[in-house]
Amino acid sequence: MTIKIDPDCLYTKTHEWIRVDGEYAYCGITDYAQQQLSDIVYVELPEVGDSFSQGEVFATVESVKAASDCYLPVAGEIVEINEELEESPDLVNTDPYGDGWFVRFIIEDPEELNNLMDADAYRKYTERVMAEGGH
Amino acid sequence: MPKKTALYDRHVALGARMIEFAGWLLPVQYPTGPKEEHLRVRQAAGLFDIDHMGQVIVSGPEALPFLQQIMTADVAAIPVGGAHYSLMCYADGGVVDDVFIYHLPEYYFIAINAANNRKDTRWLHYHAQKFDVQVENVSKQTYMLALQGPKAEDILQPLCESDLSQLAYHTATLTHVLGIETLVARTGYTGEDGFELFFPTEHAPKLWDGIMESGSPHGLLPIGLAARDSLRLEPCMPLYGQEISATLSPIEAGLSWAVAFSKPTFIGREALLKTYLEGPEKRLVAFEMSESGVPRHGYSVWIEGKECGQVTSGGYSPSLDKFLGLAYIPSAYSTPGTTIHIQIRKKVKKAVVVKKPFYVPSYRRKRE
Repeated sequence: MTIKIDPDCLYTKTHEWIRVDGEYAYCGITDYAQQQLSDIVYVELPEVGDSFSQGEVFATVESVKAASDCYLPVAGEIVEINEELEESPDLVNTDPYGDGWFVRFIIEDPEELNNLMDADAYRKYTERVMAEGGH
Repeated sequence: MPKKTALYDRHVALGARMIEFAGWLLPVQYPTGPKEEHLRVRQAAGLFDIDHMGQVIVSGPEALPFLQQIMTADVAAIPVGGAHYSLMCYADGGVVDDVFIYHLPEYYFIAINAANNRKDTRWLHYHAQKFDVQVENVSKQTYMLALQGPKAEDILQPLCESDLSQLAYHTATLTHVLGIETLVARTGYTGEDGFELFFPTEHAPKLWDGIMESGSPHGLLPIGLAARDSLRLEPCMPLYGQEISATLSPIEAGLSWAVAFSKPTFIGREALLKTYLEGPEKRLVAFEMSESGVPRHGYSVWIEGKECGQVTSGGYSPSLDKFLGLAYIPSAYSTPGTTIHIQIRKKVKKAVVVKKPFYVPSYRRKRE
């Protein structure tokens, strides 16, 4: 199993990524996460204007098998959601770091970014998780 | 410790993700993913390792009167070589298990659910005391594979000694597949044409490999539990523990067709007849989501602002590209076209009751 990791993103242990752009960030789930879930059939997204604290559930991904919660990597207010996912949730499977993004939000406290992993650290983390046999 | 089937290493080598189900480690999906697996069964064929299923042989001079007493179906109406769906009920009408009965020349062969294997065996033995019958659980020595899909006959025929074109739907024959004595039944749990094969456990790798090889030019895929579940949901086939259970009646579940009230006596008859005549207070309905969202087992159903039912099964339907489910709701609202609401986490989403099944099984379409 090869896992794609975007060098420009920061990562959580629960397999979300964010791409910081000034005071905003895009967020989605990683290639590892989409492979684990396989066939994503629906993504329940928050509404623009919703606020979440770091690590709070902000979206739920439905695969054929089960519903899985997604956690916002750092606190923020949602300013845009990926409307494309309503019609084409499989974008999360085919392009998790690109067209399969979930939300764009305003970062509330940039200090919280220090709690996240960079691409190298996340690669090591997924390798360890896979060696241990899952999740 | 969950048990491994004789094909465990095959599944792992194929890249399957294994999960525990009813005490067994089984493939939930292969690398193709459950959506493709599902569609492949509808369009070509799929092979299922279902060794977790249990089997019981009932024989002896009073096998028929015994089965007539514990089964809701009219077992006397099953000809030799025939197969029929039935329920075993408690006296109060709750379901012990749902089973398939195969009438073979020398005995009755009964396929039972994995999770109910021990309970069913105790139930059968207990009631067998009053009859001159032998009840033998043969689950360990019997392996079960399902080959399902429109290409199933083309795949199995070259390996099978009998002419499968002569094997009608819901019949079974003792024959040889790859030289191995096998009970080949034209039955299944997908709504497609296909076969269920029962044979001695030690031959599982040989039959699996042989069928996989014969099937490769036809697009055969191995199928995991996730697709097995979506394949049975579309034709609205019940799953024990979800649509039926010890506290749910087959009348409520819409399975009256499997209850032969014409029989003068069988366990559960009085309770079932009462429910049947009075009409059940709640019914199992099929529904389609009008708003996007995935209904799942245990979610609440709301009608006219009141919580009044529960989803038993639900999910995404790969064949129809819709979100759909089954739910128990008050009978008054069970008419197709009725608007209901499903609570999906914090949101309540609109759905509509539709006619069962979502997907008309291929063998039923042929007959019409």
